[in-house]
Amino acid sequence: MTTNPRDPESGGDGAARRAVMALCAEASRTDLEAALSALDSPASADLRPPETGLVMATGRIGGDGRPFNLGEVSVTRAAIRLADGPAGFAYHLGRDRTKARLAAILDALWQDPARRARVEAALEPAARRVEASRAQAARRTAATRVDFLTLARGED
Amino acid sequence: MLAPGFADPVHDAQAAFRAVMDALARPGRIRPLDPGLTPPLPLTPELAAVALALIDADTPVWLDAALAAAPDVAAYLRFHTGAPLTDDPARAAFALVREPARCPPLGRFAPGTPAYPDTSTTLVLALDTIAPGAGLHLTGPGIAGSARMALTPLPPGFVGQLAENRAAFPLGIDLILTAPGQVAGLPRSTIVTEA
Amino acid sequence: MYVAVKGGEAAIDNAHRLLAETRRGDPSVPELSVAQIRAQMALLVDRVMTEGSLYDPDLAALALKQARGDVVEAVFLVRAYRTTLPRFGASVPLETGAMAVERRISATFKDLPGGQVLGPTFDYTHRLIDFALAAEGEVEPAAEAEPRADAGICPRVTDLLAQDGLIEPSPPDDGAPAGDLTREPVDYPADRALRLQALARGDEGFILSLGYATQRGYGRTHPFVGEIRVGEVAVEFVPEELGFAVPLGRVRLTECQMVNQFKGSRAAPPQFTRGYGLSFGQCERKAMAMALVDRALRAEELGEPVASPAQDQEFVLSHCDSLQATGFVEHLKLPHYVDFQAELELVRRLRAEFEQASESVEMQEAAE
Repeated sequence: MTTNPRDPESGGDGAARRAVMALCAEASRTDLEAALSALDSPASADLRPPETGLVMATGRIGGDGRPFNLGEVSVTRAAIRLADGPAGFAYHLGRDRTKARLAAILDALWQDPARRARVEAALEPAARRVEASRAQAARRTAATRVDFLTLARGED
Repeated sequence: MLAPGFADPVHDAQAAFRAVMDALARPGRIRPLDPGLTPPLPLTPELAAVALALIDADTPVWLDAALAAAPDVAAYLRFHTGAPLTDDPARAAFALVREPARCPPLGRFAPGTPAYPDTSTTLVLALDTIAPGAGLHLTGPGIAGSARMALTPLPPGFVGQLAENRAAFPLGIDLILTAPGQVAGLPRSTIVTEA
Repeated sequence: MYVAVKGGEAAIDNAHRLLAETRRGDPSVPELSVAQIRAQMALLVDRVMTEGSLYDPDLAALALKQARGDVVEAVFLVRAYRTTLPRFGASVPLETGAMAVERRISATFKDLPGGQVLGPTFDYTHRLIDFALAAEGEVEPAAEAEPRADAGICPRVTDLLAQDGLIEPSPPDDGAPAGDLTREPVDYPADRALRLQALARGDEGFILSLGYATQRGYGRTHPFVGEIRVGEVAVEFVPEELGFAVPLGRVRLTECQMVNQFKGSRAAPPQFTRGYGLSFGQCERKAMAMALVDRALRAEELGEPVASPAQDQEFVLSHCDSLQATGFVEHLKLPHYVDFQAELELVRRLRAEFEQASESVEMQEAAE
């Protein structure tokens, strides 16, 4: 698949926007509903109705070489425009169209510097939940790490 | 500011597909095409409807000078179809032509290959008028006897180019002709003469 | 030649109703939920996703419920559903080096940065059926420990070998897009990327047996497990309208790097060669077998004689897809009445000729 090269999002802002998008992708629909209800969002219209499709996941030969097509992942995307502002976009794994639309609205709200802090605050509980579950998974994994003991050869 | 696509993506795309399919199956018969779209100028609603129904991320698209000059057109097509755009007519699966009078010679587009004749370019023209009963004389598959179709505007030497295209059968390009509210087809199998 | 047979509609409708009832089974037994299948039959779900070639755990779980647990039937459902969805494009190549490791082992080196991490594995169980599981009960919470300083920093074992030039590098990314056998039919010889795509979606049993065959000498490649890692990897995609890589979420993958027979020449000193396997979910056996067969299929590239089935790419790739295989095998159930009538008549005629021939021999012998 060829993509048309465009200017990538500039440094700091771009990374921050992607981080919020990643959080929304990880969060649950209820998380996003809760976040949105904490914000007063203007009305939004669909730029394109939410739709589910596929993205072909590509691996690399040897893990770091030439790409190969591993298999498709289901992805749902939404694009909305706020009544008073920018367009917002969301692309997530899975088939939840409602969730994608909520995330697109949050993306649009976040892009407004005046609203950004409130959006991030509203997403805080979701962020904490995701972080806590990652930390717990890491601790459980760590407990299965092998501690090789060298048996001392002693003179008995 | 991105203009919206089909209001009902599934049914509107199906209706556009059906109209184009019928038009190509019966060259000379003009089908109605009323997609209810307001794409960015100079893209016409009919060109946009054909694009949204037929074009996707696997089909490189060539835009003529008029369309290429408007960045909103490229943005609209990329957003709604995911299509890659190409400068090279010979690599295009679809060529969108807003100014048929300035259309490059048909020989510059992809004619397909003997193993895969269907990989040729499909040209989609935005004409001012398509009128039945007069103009070019059409015979061939899908036409009972003969048909007539008057197309404006056309590039000079168009009929001669169509004859060359027909001579290359089964290779060759196919044409989807649009005009306000209408669509017609000139597949590579049709024999077109002036009279 | 297939015969169009009419009159089966009522029977078919009733068969479907019976199927639905049989699927449900005894109503006094609680019904299986998709959530239960997804969580508690996770490895089965992983296999359906890998062979269905569609990462969507809920969908795979639902397909398994509908298919009454039949893997190939579930794969069929998943693949059919996939054809109804538009493709948005290809992801940015997955970065398994940045995996959030849940399990990571190496059979080639004992001490590794990041350590040997066992994760949830059957490897050290004694394979004694645990009847306590028959009674639903509370599960002890898993043990936890403070992650060590180098936890999560898991450089590839193959990179450690590569530092001293001991192992061949991966084929470099020249920017050309990988072939896609779901778009173009496979043309032989197929390149390595296309072969890996076919193996990834191929039947685990078939590929396991081929891998086993290589170990028993049918195309020996002298393999060692350089590394197996299981964990979540971020997937990203660049939408046309945004022009930057959007994070879609995380998928669980299993990656296997096999370190194989070293190879040298007059011009170049010997280096270990490699095999690679990658699957959705925790399909470890599949990733390992895939790596063994990947290496075997490189026989021609590495100047080895193509002597056994696992090295024959046309044999392997034509037969590894469970859906294609079951399609042709199960089609035998379709009415072949006319064909078979022709066979019956032929065999009867031949038998009659045989009888006549042996009668005349008997009469001759009697006359003598």
